[in-house]
Amino acid sequence: MNKPEKLPQRVRIEADGTVSIAVGKVELGQGISTALAQIAAEELGVPLEKIKVLPASTAYSPDEGVTSGSLSIQDGGKALRQACAELKGRAEKPASEYRIVGSNAPRLDLPGKFAGRASYVHDMVLPGMLHARVLRPPRPFAKLVSIPDHPGLVRDGSFAAVLAEREEDAIAAAAKLRAKAVWSDGPTAPEDIYAWLKAHVAESKVQKENADPVAKARGVKHFKAEYRKPFICHASIGPSCAVAQMKGDTLHVWSHSQGIYNLRKEIALVLRMPEEKVVVQHAEGAGCYGHNGADDVALDAALIARLSKGGPVRLQWTREDEFAWEPYGPAMLVAVEASLDEQGQIVSWRHDLWSNGHTHRPGRANQPVLIAAAEIAQPFERGPAVDPPLPAGGAQRNAVPGYEFPDHKVTMHYVREAPVHGSSLRSLGAFGNVFAIESFMDELADGDPVGFRLKHLKDPRGRAVLEEAVRKAGVFKKAEGRGRGIAYARYKNVGAYCAVVAEVEATGAELKVTRLVAAVDVGLPVNPDGVVNQIDGGCVQATSWALKEEWRPGAVSWEDYPILRFSDAPPVEVSIVKSTQPSLGAGECTMGPVVAAIANALHDALGVRVRKLPFTPENIASA
Amino acid sequence: MKFTLNGKPVEVKAGESTPLLYVLRNDFGLVGTRFGCGSGQCGACFVMVEGNPIASCDLPVSFVAGKSVMTVEGLHGKVQKALIAEQAAQCGYCMSGIIISATALLARNATPSEKDVKEALDKNLCRCGSHNRVVRAVMRAAREQA
Repeated sequence: MNKPEKLPQRVRIEADGTVSIAVGKVELGQGISTALAQIAAEELGVPLEKIKVLPASTAYSPDEGVTSGSLSIQDGGKALRQACAELKGRAEKPASEYRIVGSNAPRLDLPGKFAGRASYVHDMVLPGMLHARVLRPPRPFAKLVSIPDHPGLVRDGSFAAVLAEREEDAIAAAAKLRAKAVWSDGPTAPEDIYAWLKAHVAESKVQKENADPVAKARGVKHFKAEYRKPFICHASIGPSCAVAQMKGDTLHVWSHSQGIYNLRKEIALVLRMPEEKVVVQHAEGAGCYGHNGADDVALDAALIARLSKGGPVRLQWTREDEFAWEPYGPAMLVAVEASLDEQGQIVSWRHDLWSNGHTHRPGRANQPVLIAAAEIAQPFERGPAVDPPLPAGGAQRNAVPGYEFPDHKVTMHYVREAPVHGSSLRSLGAFGNVFAIESFMDELADGDPVGFRLKHLKDPRGRAVLEEAVRKAGVFKKAEGRGRGIAYARYKNVGAYCAVVAEVEATGAELKVTRLVAAVDVGLPVNPDGVVNQIDGGCVQATSWALKEEWRPGAVSWEDYPILRFSDAPPVEVSIVKSTQPSLGAGECTMGPVVAAIANALHDALGVRVRKLPFTPENIASA
Repeated sequence: MKFTLNGKPVEVKAGESTPLLYVLRNDFGLVGTRFGCGSGQCGACFVMVEGNPIASCDLPVSFVAGKSVMTVEGLHGKVQKALIAEQAAQCGYCMSGIIISATALLARNATPSEKDVKEALDKNLCRCGSHNRVVRAVMRAAREQA
């Protein structure tokens, strides 16, 4: 964190009457800049058009950690509100007086993007800038044995890249060098990742437990099941990119990282430079949905800028680099057990999950985690992915069910050794855990999935979203091959509430999602249309994960890793439950409920319970 | 080598096999056309050549010699207005290619069905899940140009 004397000015009124705001949270395509501008405009009493959101930089922005976990409105918004109130010399506005916050505001950045203006770090041009491509082995952890000399080639141990004035020349040189480079053999990834996870547990840790032997003894019916979630790619449409430049003894880096201060710490560590000699400025990238290749490419660019001793360097990862080297959302195995009493009430519940950590972000420990740190001539041993404790958690996010089960125990079996690079993907472990919990709830529900959930759910806001989703979904006409399913979760058990109804059509083992209805309670929505946009997008993306996505070693193209296309995208209806409660982040809450609702609809349609993602014809047929 | 770019004659000295994408971005500073995959699989780099949407990332610049190329910067039409009206994007990275595909569709079919719109956009990948809003925006653009 910054020392008090270095506290940056968050809000500055400019001579032309505009207001500059410096925020630590960054635009990832989620519309946060507009929502934060709304908050500033509201508190300062100025029109929204007068607010200018500065790109975050370690040179002047507050250190607000990482833009992740759906916390930007909760935390970044709060800090900004305070700063604005301080500037005005009065208390923060009460929510009842809001006019700008809580109303739809068009995104400030979209007109420029639709006109094709420079908008992303990919579009940056600096005088004398060289184009770079990085040269990586066909397999992780392999060492570079030999590489022929070539103009523009830079190398530090097993880290190699090639530079050229023209981008197409860098591409051609990289292709030539890739074909001629000789690498040592790296380890191969396991065939059955789920068996491998079970066999490599480093530590089993109880996350939550309540022993109620009396209640447990009432159990007369016992059930158990296992669910499988594969590696899933962030798969940004724009492969990661960064620009770096040495100016004197100071290294400047432009990056679409989610955490500029953490990235600065990591770069300084790996380049063995003092932190104050590294400046990281945020520049937008394509949507990332969590921790993608952004930080890795930034470290690569920083190394290249120092090795090349020349002007600025723009490093663009290829599509193949992104698929081969991005940190995937880790694979998970979840085993659930439950006992029901005579009345069909759940009296005992067990949830066990096996996973690598879902948090492998840079700058969090004194050991680097980014790829190039282990490749340079004086390499670092990369630290493992380590998850924070609940309620946020990582792999164990949302492993604790939101229902009232008297006897329960939730255990995470943490696997430290990682066969491939993994880190935070939108909703982290919540996707796998909610898939398991909400599929299993359906299995236990005996034909009344809504009533069964309500019977175990006390939280009135949770009940309200569930009932709203059912109401909005309306009557369903059951027919051959058609099905409907429902699922619910409160994100992180402390965040936004979300219930989803899914309708599907199955022709043989071919599944199509025909409709999604999502009801959410995000507290007071700062920009209601922005919330709808996030929920709609989250529903479509989660459908893609559910139906199509599984990363396997060797997948390096859109042919190897297909995602949902326009013709397959389900229509989504969103209902925001009215609330004046504190605002909650909306970006991630749909992911788990969508996949489970689809699983339950699939079961309703075909009578088949598919517990292994994705719901491809192959996995449906073998269920 | 000469071609027409957004209605103006231009000349380029890049090698014949240089993909058009890099000529547009680096020689003409038209960075609205974006790199996505380098092999024509995602649509982020679509431009119109003689009115037809085509991937520029693996298209040798020699292919457009004497032809007319239109990039997103050359378009100021109903599609972009409708996208703003529908707030139809999240990160926006794929949108230039989508604007190209949608504009080409409306030029050949002024009254498309929703299915037509989706099929016309199936070569454009969007990862944020803005599909529903984009389809609504293209339908709106069709209505408003009628």
